[in-house]
Amino acid sequence: MKLTGAEILCESLTRLGVRHIFGYPGGAILPVYDALGKSKLHHILVRHEQGATHMADGYARASGGVGVAMATSGPGATNMVTGIATAMLDSSPVVCITGQVSSKLLGSDAFQEIDITGITMPITKHNVVVSRAEDVARTIREAFLIANSGRPGPVLVDITKDAQQASTEFNWDASAPQLPPKRQRNNHDQAEFDRAVELLNSAKRPIILAGRGIMLSGAMRVFEQFVRAGNFPVAMTLLGIGCFPAKDPMNLGMMGMHGEAWVNHAIQESDLLVAVGMRFDDRVTGDLRTYAKGARKIHIEIDRAEINKNVQVDAALIGDAREVLEKLLPVLEKRERSDWLAHIRELKGDSAVRDIQNLPDSGHLYAAHVINDLWKETRGEAIVVTDVGQHQMWEAQYYHHDQPRTLITSGGLGTMGFALPAAIGAKFAMPGSEVWAVVGDGGFQMTMSELATIVQEKIKINIAIINNGYLGMVRQWQEFFYDKRYVATPLVAPDFAALANAFGIRGERITSRGDVIPTIRSARESSETVLIDFRVEQEDSVYPMVPAGGSLHEMIRRPNNPLVETATEP
Amino acid sequence: MMKNEAAMQTLVAYVENKPGVLNRVASLARRLAINIDSLTVGPTENEEVARMTIVAHTDEKGAHRLEASLEKLVDVLLAENISERSVLERDLALIKVLADQQSRPHLMELIKVFRARVVDVAPESLILEVSGTVDKIDGLLEVLRPFGVLEMARTGRIAMTRGGDLLRPPVASGQQQLPEPVGRK
Repeated sequence: MKLTGAEILCESLTRLGVRHIFGYPGGAILPVYDALGKSKLHHILVRHEQGATHMADGYARASGGVGVAMATSGPGATNMVTGIATAMLDSSPVVCITGQVSSKLLGSDAFQEIDITGITMPITKHNVVVSRAEDVARTIREAFLIANSGRPGPVLVDITKDAQQASTEFNWDASAPQLPPKRQRNNHDQAEFDRAVELLNSAKRPIILAGRGIMLSGAMRVFEQFVRAGNFPVAMTLLGIGCFPAKDPMNLGMMGMHGEAWVNHAIQESDLLVAVGMRFDDRVTGDLRTYAKGARKIHIEIDRAEINKNVQVDAALIGDAREVLEKLLPVLEKRERSDWLAHIRELKGDSAVRDIQNLPDSGHLYAAHVINDLWKETRGEAIVVTDVGQHQMWEAQYYHHDQPRTLITSGGLGTMGFALPAAIGAKFAMPGSEVWAVVGDGGFQMTMSELATIVQEKIKINIAIINNGYLGMVRQWQEFFYDKRYVATPLVAPDFAALANAFGIRGERITSRGDVIPTIRSARESSETVLIDFRVEQEDSVYPMVPAGGSLHEMIRRPNNPLVETATEP
Repeated sequence: MMKNEAAMQTLVAYVENKPGVLNRVASLARRLAINIDSLTVGPTENEEVARMTIVAHTDEKGAHRLEASLEKLVDVLLAENISERSVLERDLALIKVLADQQSRPHLMELIKVFRARVVDVAPESLILEVSGTVDKIDGLLEVLRPFGVLEMARTGRIAMTRGGDLLRPPVASGQQQLPEPVGRK
């Protein structure tokens, strides 16, 4: 059967199980769009190509499968760069397909020609130019294989216009991936494994650091068995949230810069860190010279390049988290560790005092209350997609996720503007799930044009803008470290509710705490997208906070009542 | 424990013999802020595979990161730090040196001592070819300098582990696994 390169692309995507493509057309990708129109693939027209990549990323994170974004050459491709980097830093399997000028024009500075493979080389797991129709099917299959195997990541496939237009014989079976043969490494020898087991069984004060790798390897069940078997307390990275139920008594909560104080103290006092599918990011460790000094370290990690990168470990178990945990489980000895667990409970103190629901209503609206009310109203079952900044940290602290893939957030790159498009992508991946975009007034203004995508596609999500009139996290740093010189952080915003109306979306504005729950309820009951503009306290800060480069146990606590990390007084 | 002093680290890599791979390797070293002292690349007995010798100025930790990160590149089949192993190392240089009637006999003696070869003779100059360790070539260069070195070209180091310590490119083994269909894991 003879098909054009463009038709082969659509046929290959269909056979790979793709149903949705987030993209934006243009000259150099037009043959593909023409073929798309004849296929069963659902193309979602975005308003900016950055949105397409974030949507594909949100789709991938919510589903565990590959998300697909598409753009034309030149500016279409360069607009994808931030989204690709976001996916790279958080190991998200995204395949980006870009059109390119015809192969005979390559290198001639033709209209809308740009070297996108050169530009994206350091921010993709792999990228490739396809200049022959014969190579389209094999390359796209290789792209999917690379994106979602090992440590996942984005792959960009740049297809010249002549390769899209040329006709060739299409044979699926003959176009199987042909990746270069890789050396099979012996990941860890028996001695390394035995050393890890010895450390696990002899530890008095162990703590597990749980990362996103647990989710990526589908290790949730064996991880829970592992925790039970060893009676290990668990601290979560931001991206690990959801891989182990928040309601589980062994789950201590988030670690790091804005982690819970007792979690950071427990890490500093531990005698063994068991890091699973995480990479000792600087936001997690603080000052490396004072990080968990009394602890031995075991690192369970699929990426060999992460071993000893930031933290020197005593045993490195390289491999898929699920496989390694399955291997460790039978040799783990049951330990009570009651002294250690009691000590952590002591560090935690009386949680009823801290529960913000029990705090008196001061008449002010605080972001933490909004997030906590959202958690209660959705019974913790919604997929929450956040942007970056204060609201992101409050979400991590006050929305308690019990299910994997229900918190979607840009952790590594910290990309503002991520939430709205990623929420749209998550909704397409999980149409039966309730999706909330939780976003600051700054980040929302970066990609709010995607409201039109919501309307055009007639999808239902909810949008909670945590609006404090500042670039809040930057303002907080200026408050703490720059003597309250608020340079370029006060932020004028449009009337978001009126803006939503202009797009044909229902908009609400909430200024008092009593209106939070009724409005959340009403938004949930609506069959259409609702945007809620929560006007929260302007100069509230996220506590506790480990200053950048500071020691993990030296946190800035909320003034007045350090036990209560959220606000009580105006 | 790994050593933290920066030193010359020698890595060998087998890569796909196709355009752009050198760029990926060089770009990776740049991204890791590792200074490459020399990088040589040439074909192997298998025309689809090229062999690189990378000499980088970094510590052992940096060399580990470079090695592991190189192997993550799809087009890199194998990368290995051979600095701590028994290694044969060779560099080759072409050196054009001033040689008049007076200095020529003296030059010829030095050439003999260093086991270099004269590969081009002109009235006023010679081109010498010398291969060996970097130290040997540096040593020859040092003694030639007073005669007047006009031009020099060096290949950079190539390295091979000695004896039975083989470092060969992996070969394709059967079919690649097929990608999972899109959907919930």
